[in-house]
Amino acid sequence: MTTHYLILSGLLFAIGAMGVLIRRNAIVVFMCVELMLNACNLAFVTFSRQVGNLEGQIIAFFVMVVAAAEVVVGLAIIVTIFRTRRSASVDDANLLKY
Amino acid sequence: MNSIPAPTIEYGTLAPLLVVFGAAIIGVLVEAFAPRYLRKAIHVPLTLLSLAGAFALVLVQVLRGQVSTTASAVGALAVDGPSLFIWGVILVLSFVCVLLINDEGHFVASAAAVPGSADEEEAESAGGGHTEVYPLVLFAVGGMLLFPASHDLLMMFVALEVMSLPLYLLCGLARRRRLLSQEASMKYFLLGAFSSAFFLYGTAMIYGYAGTVSLPGINQALARGAALDPLLMIGLAMLGVGLMFKIGAAPFQAWKPDVYQGAPTPITALMASGTLVAAVGAVLRVFWVGLGNLDWNWRPVIWGVAALTMIVGSILAITQTDIKRMLAYSSIAHAGFLLVGVMATFGTAEQNASSLKAILFYLAVYGITTVGAFAVVTLVRDPGGEAGHLSRWAGLGKRAPMLAGVFAFFLLAFAGIPLTSGFFGKYAVFAAALDSGTQPGDSMGGWMAALVVVGVVASAIAAFFYVRVIVLMFFSEPSADGPAIAVPSMGTVTVIAVSLLVTVGVGLYPESVLGVADDAARSLFIR
Repeated sequence: MTTHYLILSGLLFAIGAMGVLIRRNAIVVFMCVELMLNACNLAFVTFSRQVGNLEGQIIAFFVMVVAAAEVVVGLAIIVTIFRTRRSASVDDANLLKY
Repeated sequence: MNSIPAPTIEYGTLAPLLVVFGAAIIGVLVEAFAPRYLRKAIHVPLTLLSLAGAFALVLVQVLRGQVSTTASAVGALAVDGPSLFIWGVILVLSFVCVLLINDEGHFVASAAAVPGSADEEEAESAGGGHTEVYPLVLFAVGGMLLFPASHDLLMMFVALEVMSLPLYLLCGLARRRRLLSQEASMKYFLLGAFSSAFFLYGTAMIYGYAGTVSLPGINQALARGAALDPLLMIGLAMLGVGLMFKIGAAPFQAWKPDVYQGAPTPITALMASGTLVAAVGAVLRVFWVGLGNLDWNWRPVIWGVAALTMIVGSILAITQTDIKRMLAYSSIAHAGFLLVGVMATFGTAEQNASSLKAILFYLAVYGITTVGAFAVVTLVRDPGGEAGHLSRWAGLGKRAPMLAGVFAFFLLAFAGIPLTSGFFGKYAVFAAALDSGTQPGDSMGGWMAALVVVGVVASAIAAFFYVRVIVLMFFSEPSADGPAIAVPSMGTVTVIAVSLLVTVGVGLYPESVLGVADDAARSLFIR
């Protein structure tokens, strides 16, 4: 019964990971990371149901808080870099290499 | 109605953590309420005192023999012998890093101002850098303390984020070369968030397998469950990705050179020492406490990662032209050497204690040498900031023999030349690995020897590029418009002197630190 939710969670995670790898806009990349975290939440809640304890649901709350903190830090960094470069593309940030 | 039992919190045991986090929160309040001209005067003593106080509290626990043998805070944290040793090391390292951070001119006056704009000029002329740096550093240090002491994977994830989020911001606050700094910050953030998502999904899978995220609980589930469950395998792999990213092991090392180069050098020093120590501590705990019953499964993988990390780190370092990038690759190679030690922590308690001792010793001596090396890097300056390019270091030995001599000594310690602390660090880890290979029942006996051979070859390659820098400094002519050598502040002098003393002292009397590491390792991680 919980298998469907796990498959959905796996799909969401894969879509998120794919997005991080192929999208070029830092904001979109970041949104994909958030999607991955939400896929984790879904997996936690599903497993919580499956194994029959509440730990997984509690963890989901923690993850939400951490994700919110990450948004604060991440958007600050991305906005700063956008103001400097007038671009949020991760391809343009190419000064550091080799 | 059932009443909920009140949880017991061992405040005495957790005091070092509480002091650091408490000081960080007071630091935030200082930012909010103290006038600008007073802030630094409040932050510096507050930060240094809280780190020293936390260290004293760690000492008190050790000296009074009150090292706890059970998990604290309802099983969320384990403040055992190795944890206390790692805490002590992290607190000392962060203390000396804060001395470096205190120096004027490392941090931007207003991070929100666009580089080259009128806003930036205005902020520059108002003087000073961001004082938010101090509470951010304290939060990061608090996370570093929490990370290796976490007794369940949820705690570990939260600690990972508490440690990383302030560091992402700190990376972007360099005063000079702000574009590089901001880029480093963004790369670190995106890759770090990506890897922690993997860590979290791995945690979810393991929770699905074991029905708990507590490390001992997972180990018990492994003992009774089917070991080849796909949930477990996926979870293990993803958890490993998250952890290996944090210690910068190949193939997840790509962020390290970029971030180390772009970040303000005192922050690079903090990341290269404190973060690495914390992350290796966490790796040890996860693999020994949580996955100890699965060692025949993860050890071959760690074998490959360790070998690859050592080789990639030392070979790519040869091609570098920037001093901080070179030190970053050296840090990658050292992460590989540490993983050789991690390979040896399995099996019986005795075997575990002896390899643990080697790793703890390595962490302590490597951390302090790294801080010293980065402190020297902050002093060699061009008009536009630090002289990063290696060609600018040519002939430094003739212009500033003292400084170049000290740096050469640190490089020799990294290379592991006898009479430096680095030699004994490497020796201890490799000896522990060889030892473990001869244990009865170890299916990887011959492989351990092979790994040590790879390690020795990698050390030889690494020695080549360290010596190349030394040759460059002492045997080439200085250019006419060479870099200026900044007059070091008291703080920087102290940092370099302390690092030098420890590197020499431990090189001559390794028993001093080795003995403490042995005591710490003997009490083992709480299982």
